[in-house]
Amino acid sequence: MIPVEFEYAAPDSLEEAIDALVQGGEDAKLLAGGHSLLPLMKLRLAAPTMLVDLRRVPGLRGVERADGTLRIGAMTRHADLEDEPELGLISHAAGLIADRQVRHRGTIGGSLAHGDPASDLPAVLLACEGSVGVEGSDGTREIPAAELFQDYLTTAVGEGEVMTEVRLPALTDYGFGYRKFTRRAEDWAMVGVCALVKADNGTCEDARVGLTHMSSVPLRATAVEEALRGSALDADSIARAAEAAAEGTGPPGDLNATPEYKRHLARVLTRRALEEAAGLTAA
Amino acid sequence: MSVRVSVSITVNGEIKEREVESRLLLIHFLRDELGLTGAHVGCDTTNCGACTCHLDGEAVKTCTVLAVQADGSDIVTIEGLAQNGSLHPLQEAFWEHHGLQCGYCTPGMIMAGADLLKRNPDPSEDDVREALEGSLCRCTGYHNIVKAVQAAAQAGQSREVAA
Repeated sequence: MIPVEFEYAAPDSLEEAIDALVQGGEDAKLLAGGHSLLPLMKLRLAAPTMLVDLRRVPGLRGVERADGTLRIGAMTRHADLEDEPELGLISHAAGLIADRQVRHRGTIGGSLAHGDPASDLPAVLLACEGSVGVEGSDGTREIPAAELFQDYLTTAVGEGEVMTEVRLPALTDYGFGYRKFTRRAEDWAMVGVCALVKADNGTCEDARVGLTHMSSVPLRATAVEEALRGSALDADSIARAAEAAAEGTGPPGDLNATPEYKRHLARVLTRRALEEAAGLTAA
Repeated sequence: MSVRVSVSITVNGEIKEREVESRLLLIHFLRDELGLTGAHVGCDTTNCGACTCHLDGEAVKTCTVLAVQADGSDIVTIEGLAQNGSLHPLQEAFWEHHGLQCGYCTPGMIMAGADLLKRNPDPSEDDVREALEGSLCRCTGYHNIVKAVQAAAQAGQSREVAA
């Protein structure tokens, strides 16, 4: 399958990339690893008239730790994160995306900017209450996770803006888990669940649950979080809390699963992800 | 900015300079421009792994990389794996352990296996199965493929001990 023809630029600086993006107009797209965009272009579900490739732009790759925050360059690849397990949840979740070949190309910024509700990292960003840094011709701004994902394949990143950085609170005193259900090992999540728990002497001090593919955007399972906070962090309370995982969700039905089946998956996977986060089961 | 772009890509140790359409996929650059038909087009949708080659030393699915993205990079295809007329240990092991039937997935399987052995020279069976999750085989049931990768790892280990 061959994409529609497009103009191509691989600028050497962020300023040039922003200029090229602005000049390219509404049908210009940024190219990071291309593992979300190129498949859509090959199927001709997307037909940008111009691609601005970020591969030569310096300073967009790598992880810095500062004041309890991980600052991850937008062009950092899933494999780069997977290979740094000390990064915790983001390393674990990145290592579960697709397969190693894909993780050698796919980037954290590309995945988040694409805004596919079936992709794994949006729910992780949401559960961590992280944010992204973007830069455009008017300067830089920060978009919190809760405002980033607006609809299916639609984010708050503006047309002339480049996502440069992902910021995640390190949350080193939280246990974490990510569980998803797929038809094939490498497939998109039918449903995925990201769980974070902070324990204090066997009691749950804080819980965060992010849901993948339970709506057109990633969601927080707030009813689960509220049920768990302050209760014992054991298998019984987790199982009870997880029953609320599908509350307030409107999962799209598709070839693989009806909405009701997805709600079932959300409850089961929430329990398993919380058990993993609480250290009751191994990943 | 142009729909046609000049690229310079090192393929199996030789620099190849071409003017290509920006939309040309790396797999078609390798197969159609350079005549390197070892890597196959299977699903053409980033699933099956038949097109797997190494880009700057790492396994990638070349049906989902534009040739222009590989400008300035170093590509190794299955044709570049044998050195000085000797098969790569993985190629030997696939032969020895009958790690193929129709052979369609084999070039990608071997390139994915080679990528694993670079990162992890002594993989467990689970490590091998996980590393090959992005490569689909419809003939073998994977059993002999996994055995072949483990045998190649052992051959590599014993060679290191001997050296």
